[in-house]
Amino acid sequence: MDYFMELFLGGLTRGSIYALIALGYTMVYGIIELINFAHGEIYMIGAFTALITISVLTMLGLNKIAILLIAAVAAIIYSSAYGYTAEKVAYKPLRSAPRLSPLISAIGVSLFLQNYVLLAQTSDFLPFPNLIPQFKFLKAYGGIVQSSEIVIYVTTAIVLVILTFLIKFTKLGKAMRATAQDRDMAMLVGVNVDRVISFTFVVGSATAALGGVLIASHIGQINFYIGFIAGIKAFVAAVLGGIGSMPGAVLGSLVLGWTESFFTGYISSDYEDVFAFLFLVLILIFRPSGILGRTDTDKV
Amino acid sequence: MLKIDNIKTYYGNIMALKGVSIEISEGEIITLIGANGAGKSTTLMSICGIVPPRSGEIRFMGKAIHTMKPDRIVSLGISQVPEGRRIFPYLTVTENLDMGAFLRNDRENIKRDMDYIFELFPILAERRHQSGGTLSGGEQQMLAISRALMAKPRLLLLDEPSLGLAPLIVKQIFEIIRKVNEEQRTTIFLVEQNANLALKVAHRGYVMENGRITIADKAQSLLANEDVKKAYLGL
Repeated sequence: MDYFMELFLGGLTRGSIYALIALGYTMVYGIIELINFAHGEIYMIGAFTALITISVLTMLGLNKIAILLIAAVAAIIYSSAYGYTAEKVAYKPLRSAPRLSPLISAIGVSLFLQNYVLLAQTSDFLPFPNLIPQFKFLKAYGGIVQSSEIVIYVTTAIVLVILTFLIKFTKLGKAMRATAQDRDMAMLVGVNVDRVISFTFVVGSATAALGGVLIASHIGQINFYIGFIAGIKAFVAAVLGGIGSMPGAVLGSLVLGWTESFFTGYISSDYEDVFAFLFLVLILIFRPSGILGRTDTDKV
Repeated sequence: MLKIDNIKTYYGNIMALKGVSIEISEGEIITLIGANGAGKSTTLMSICGIVPPRSGEIRFMGKAIHTMKPDRIVSLGISQVPEGRRIFPYLTVTENLDMGAFLRNDRENIKRDMDYIFELFPILAERRHQSGGTLSGGEQQMLAISRALMAKPRLLLLDEPSLGLAPLIVKQIFEIIRKVNEEQRTTIFLVEQNANLALKVAHRGYVMENGRITIADKAQSLLANEDVKKAYLGL
């Protein structure tokens, strides 16, 4: 039972991180129907920004928790700036181009950012210090869950609550949904669509950066390539849940996290990715639009 | 109030409007009639800045609006009920109305205007928590008009409000249009294929053919015009 719980919680950890990244994919897709392949790189840049900030602040001898918080904020700001700029430079000029063009452009941005970090930083794995203190109450549970994982669950939950509130109840959230459903009509009621799209990129980048910081301090090392795998997995999660749907992205992420965790735990850890993608294929055969995806694709 | 001066609008390389000029004075109902593909909807989309004209000028209350972005144009007081209604399908009726009032910040007045809408169309009040996509065609048309009215426009552009609706509903909708014009003093620019109906509510009318205005006259005279009768009134 303990082993089961361990796998369950491990899957929840993965799922939470996937969710933080998948939300960005699904929101951007929902609003401009673009698979933003550079999104994983935004997450990676978040982790690097945090590492650099932490290194500097540690030299100054600040309190550990304060360092982590400042690093997270720095990562969010920096990654958001990258996401915002990528949209302005690489996607906005192609908004009325055929749909394949911005997709290629996104792959270009992805390669550019990877190589940029590779050259500006290093190709080696860098150790990422774990600044999250050990929670005393966890000792009673025999170490099946670490305190960094608890922080991941709590942070993800808070992000989800804030995002849900933003999308459901604020004026900006309504404008985002309206833009996703009918962009020209949103313009006709006075929505500044460019601003809404920029904002969507900023929000998606911010949550991805947060995911990057959290997983880096949990795993303890990063390199320039982490965005690629995490990005692909989160993309799979978003498709699994039904791309364009936010609850779908979260559900898809959790399902993917648990699938990976249980299969590797009970069957074999060599085939982790095989199980993940096999599961994706199976779900898409029976529900092509994903678990919570909308089956109708009518756009007037 | 609105002065369109010799605008030319293109879709890619195709010229859809070949020099259109239209003038509307405050408080008027004017109508633009013509066959499918004549450029009626394009004219409205050019006014709103969705498909801006490549040459020519559009002035609204003296301001040149043909270079402005759509959201700026809306903020000056122009609202459109586009062809096919274009309700946000996954927003509720109330949220759709909220979107109509997107650029307004006077919360109490918005609330009062929404109550007025619900009085005007009781069926919308009944369905206020339903998502827009589940409404019937007639209900959606009422919602589309209501959404545009929530912006408190000075000029309301209506594109084929009668399209695909039962005659009884069409009658009701045209009554509302007349009421809005009389009670709220809203200027109305009505695009219609149902020329007979449109010319009966309008003060003046324009006839459009192949991206050009061919006739401009009082609605009464157009109803009596032999060419218009033959081509658009089916008499």
